[in-house]
Amino acid sequence: MTFETLWREHDFRAVGARIAGKTEADVHRALGRVGHELSQEDFAALLSAAAAPFLEEMASLSHRRTVERFGRTMQLYAPMYLSSVCVNACTYCGFAAQNPTPRLVLDDHAILAETAALAALGIQHVLAVTGESPRVGPDYLVRALRLLRPSFASLSLEVQPMQVEDYARFAEEGMSAVMVYQETYDPAAYARHHPRGAKADMGFRLATPDRLGQAGVKKIGIGALYGLSDWRAEAWFVGLHLRYLENRYWRSRTSISFPRLRPHQGNTSLDLTPFSERDLVQAMCAFRLLSQETELSLSTRESARFRDHAFRLGFTSMSAGSRTNPGGYTNSQDSLEQFSVDDSRSPAEVADFLRARSYEPVWKDWDGTYDGQVVERAASEAPAC
Amino acid sequence: MKSPLVIAGVELRSRLFLGTGKFGSGPLMRESLAASGTDLVTVALRRVRTDGANDDLLAHLEKDRYRLLPNTSGVRDRREAVLAAELAREALQTNWLKLEIHPDPKYLMPDPVETLAATADLVRRGFVVLPYVHADPVLCRQLAEAGAAAVMPLGAPIGSNQGLASRAFLEIIIAQRQVPVVIDAGLGAPSHAAAAMEMGADAVLVNTAIATAADPVAMARAFALAVEAGRQGYEAGLPAQATEARASSPLTAFLAEESV
Repeated sequence: MTFETLWREHDFRAVGARIAGKTEADVHRALGRVGHELSQEDFAALLSAAAAPFLEEMASLSHRRTVERFGRTMQLYAPMYLSSVCVNACTYCGFAAQNPTPRLVLDDHAILAETAALAALGIQHVLAVTGESPRVGPDYLVRALRLLRPSFASLSLEVQPMQVEDYARFAEEGMSAVMVYQETYDPAAYARHHPRGAKADMGFRLATPDRLGQAGVKKIGIGALYGLSDWRAEAWFVGLHLRYLENRYWRSRTSISFPRLRPHQGNTSLDLTPFSERDLVQAMCAFRLLSQETELSLSTRESARFRDHAFRLGFTSMSAGSRTNPGGYTNSQDSLEQFSVDDSRSPAEVADFLRARSYEPVWKDWDGTYDGQVVERAASEAPAC
Repeated sequence: MKSPLVIAGVELRSRLFLGTGKFGSGPLMRESLAASGTDLVTVALRRVRTDGANDDLLAHLEKDRYRLLPNTSGVRDRREAVLAAELAREALQTNWLKLEIHPDPKYLMPDPVETLAATADLVRRGFVVLPYVHADPVLCRQLAEAGAAAVMPLGAPIGSNQGLASRAFLEIIIAQRQVPVVIDAGLGAPSHAAAAMEMGADAVLVNTAIATAADPVAMARAFALAVEAGRQGYEAGLPAQATEARASSPLTAFLAEESV
């Protein structure tokens, strides 16, 4: 069995209707159970429109539970885009194959240059990102991990779905986490937004976190891309997926992200479902009340103003200083971005902001040693040319 | 007379050990450590730079003032524990180690099988090992036999602030101790720490309750006072607690009337 079996037991529209039927009494009951195991029905109540008047109470509980578990700390990380090539045709993505823009795949030299630039910013947790293409398959990623590993404490991947043996191989090379977002759990919206390419196979994507668990990957990141379908039902399915992973692959940590669709080259006419900042806060708080230990990530897709207020509500990690184009940390010429960044502050500026709010920015909360091998850590000098 | 706490031949003045995680800032951590009067602070290896670069956390630790107890938080088995221990010894220049192996990231429950095996291995490698374990009396005996310098059974799930949920088992561990017993995890209020010390624990380790308090420095001071009071109470010899009022007509009074 994989998650796909469980997912098939729940009709997306019916879930949306069930959430819409939740009442204030249901929300009261759910809030009364916070601290104990919440049911999926409790979670539905917290995601419902009926919970809107309780948002302040939810935020307060979420903040308190987060401080209890993680303290007043915020882990900082940055993405490193290794390529913009992609065979898929996702309607919402800047890297989609139909977007007629020159593409890049970083070579060794460029990866080392990006590594030096990111390390110089103080970044120790790096998320390496690629589109979907045979050009950035397992061999390319192993090579990239070997180049990155000496300079960073933790390496995560956000790449095309792969097989168990590929993930096991990456883990041996120092990868400690994989983020794989389902985009949407709504089969109709999935088919509409992923018309061609390998990604059109929804079942293969749904089972990817299972393959990560089977490979023993230490952290599995999941999420939906909000804007493609009814956000409340999307979040409910992410919660179902989270619970499933926590029970079945209990040795793996989990993390949840809340990407909202942002403008990019080519999607200006996209018809998006609403997902406001208020909705994002409600979803995030509901996840924190569902799970005290899952890590919740706050993206630079969001505005500085929003991040400055929302960071303390339950998030545990923030990207900072992100560039979403390959070579973005070293190359002043713009290459193709996957999406626009809204908070353009540097990692140091974000860290200063956190300190001013009595939060400790955490640059390092992992060690490559835990990923299986003692490695010689290099200082963050520039690569040899 | 106050008896000193000695672990692996080292005398520690304070019976309150502190963690360094979850503080809102380095200066706040430094002040809290000072207010607690602690001698021994635990540091997660995963949180410190091991490549010689400047480290935010270590920069605020007065290393001459405290003995560091690196911990292996994040490792999942004996193999990772040994790798982390070796790195900690090299990076932090100490062979003391708080051994934490919790493969379950949700409740952070320690793995008894891996912890016992890793303790034996690390002792052979020259480490002073303080393993974090369940309040399991048999396991604590086995760890002592394997060479652990102290045992650190949990009072309640880590970070839960539930206090001495495992009290009945802790009492057995303390009663049959062969090495110092440090109650770790779950102590959420100074009264919990005082109760642990009154039970006869040799020391307690506190992090969340201090680091996440509204005023961590004041809370550190409160825990210090509670630990001191609890220990003094224990050493003074607590009177036995009566569970019911003494009968005014004792059942055995008639024996005094027996003719000799």
